[in-house]
Amino acid sequence: MSKLIFLYLFSLNVWSFAQQAEVIKFDRLHSLLEEKGEKVQVINFWATWCAPCVKELPLFEALNARNEPTIKVTLVSLDFADEIKKVNSFISRRKIRSEVLLLDEIDYNSWIDRVEKSWGGAIPATLFINQSTGQRKFVDRELKDGELEEIIASLTNQ
Amino acid sequence: MKTIKLILTLICVAALVSFENPPYEIGDAVSDFKLKNVDGKMISLSDYKDQKGAIVIFDCNTCPYSKAYNDRIIELNSKYSAKGFPVITINPNDPEISPGDSFKEMASLAKKKNYTFPYLQDETQQVTRSFGATNTPHVFVLKTSGQNFNVAYIGTIDNNSRDGSAATKKYVEEAVDALLENKSIPTTRTKAIGCGIKWKD
Repeated sequence: MSKLIFLYLFSLNVWSFAQQAEVIKFDRLHSLLEEKGEKVQVINFWATWCAPCVKELPLFEALNARNEPTIKVTLVSLDFADEIKKVNSFISRRKIRSEVLLLDEIDYNSWIDRVEKSWGGAIPATLFINQSTGQRKFVDRELKDGELEEIIASLTNQ
Repeated sequence: MKTIKLILTLICVAALVSFENPPYEIGDAVSDFKLKNVDGKMISLSDYKDQKGAIVIFDCNTCPYSKAYNDRIIELNSKYSAKGFPVITINPNDPEISPGDSFKEMASLAKKKNYTFPYLQDETQQVTRSFGATNTPHVFVLKTSGQNFNVAYIGTIDNNSRDGSAATKKYVEEAVDALLENKSIPTTRTKAIGCGIKWKD
C-alpha cells in the first residue's frame, strides 16, 4: 500500500511539473504555419513510435534550450489522439521542454499538402519557416547533428 | 557527323550518370521482379499475368500503421483475389536497422495472421526503389494489359488509419472497383502518413 501511495505521489509530482501535449486540429497548425513575426520556426513532425524521430528529438530540445528569441521550436506529434497518455508520459519521461502539439486529424490527405506539397507522408519530417521572408525549407528525413543550425543559417543569411 | 557522335556519347554518359530511374507514375508499366516469399519460394510479378491486376503493398511487421492496417490488407485479398486482383505484400525494410522485419519475423507474422497471399522480402531494396515506395503501408494497384502491369493507383488504403470502420473514403477499393467496371478511378493518388522505409546505409 505504501508503495502505491508513493507511486501516486511520484506521478503527481511528475505531472505537475512536466508539460503536456496540447491536442489540436489542423486550423491550429495552419495558424502556426501562417504566424507572422521575426522568428525562424522549426516545426518537427514526429511520433513516439517512430524510432528515427525519437532519436533526433534531442537535437530539437538542444536548439529549444538555447532560448534564442529568433527561433521557435514546435514538436507536432502524429501519434493517434487516443494515445495522448502515452505521449504525455513520454514527454515527462524524456523531460521534453519544447512545445508539443498532438495533431488529431486522421484524414491525412485533407491536410498534408497544406503543410508541404512535396511531403510523401513519412516521418520524421521538419519544416523551417523564416517568418519575415516567408522562405521555407522542408526536410523529410532524419536530421544529423549540426544540420538544424546549418538550415537555420541558410534561411537567415540572405 | 562528329557533332552527332559527340552528342551520342554525351547522351550515353548522361544515361550512365542518371542510372536511377524516376519512380513509377500513374500509367507506367512496371518492370518484372522476383523476390523470396516467406515460404521460401521465389515469386515473380509475371506469375500474375493471367490476373486482371494486382494490389502490391509495401508493408512491414513493425510500423504501427502497418499493424493498424493488417486486417484490412487481409480483407482486401479476401475480397479481390477471386475477382482478379490478388494482394502481394513486400517488406522493404532493412532487417539490420529494423530487426523486427527479419525474414524469420515476417514468416511468423504471415503464419500468425494466416496470410493466403505472398509476403516477400526485398533484400536489395531495388524493387522498392523502382516503385518509389517511401512508407509502409504504401499501396500500388496494378492493372494487367497484355504482358504489362500498369500502375493505376498509388497511395494509402483509406482515409482512417486508426479505424477502418470510420473511414469515409476507401481509396484502394474504389480504385479496384472502378477497374473491374472499366470506369475511371475517382482518386488515383493519395499520400499516406506512415513509417519511412528503413533504407540500408
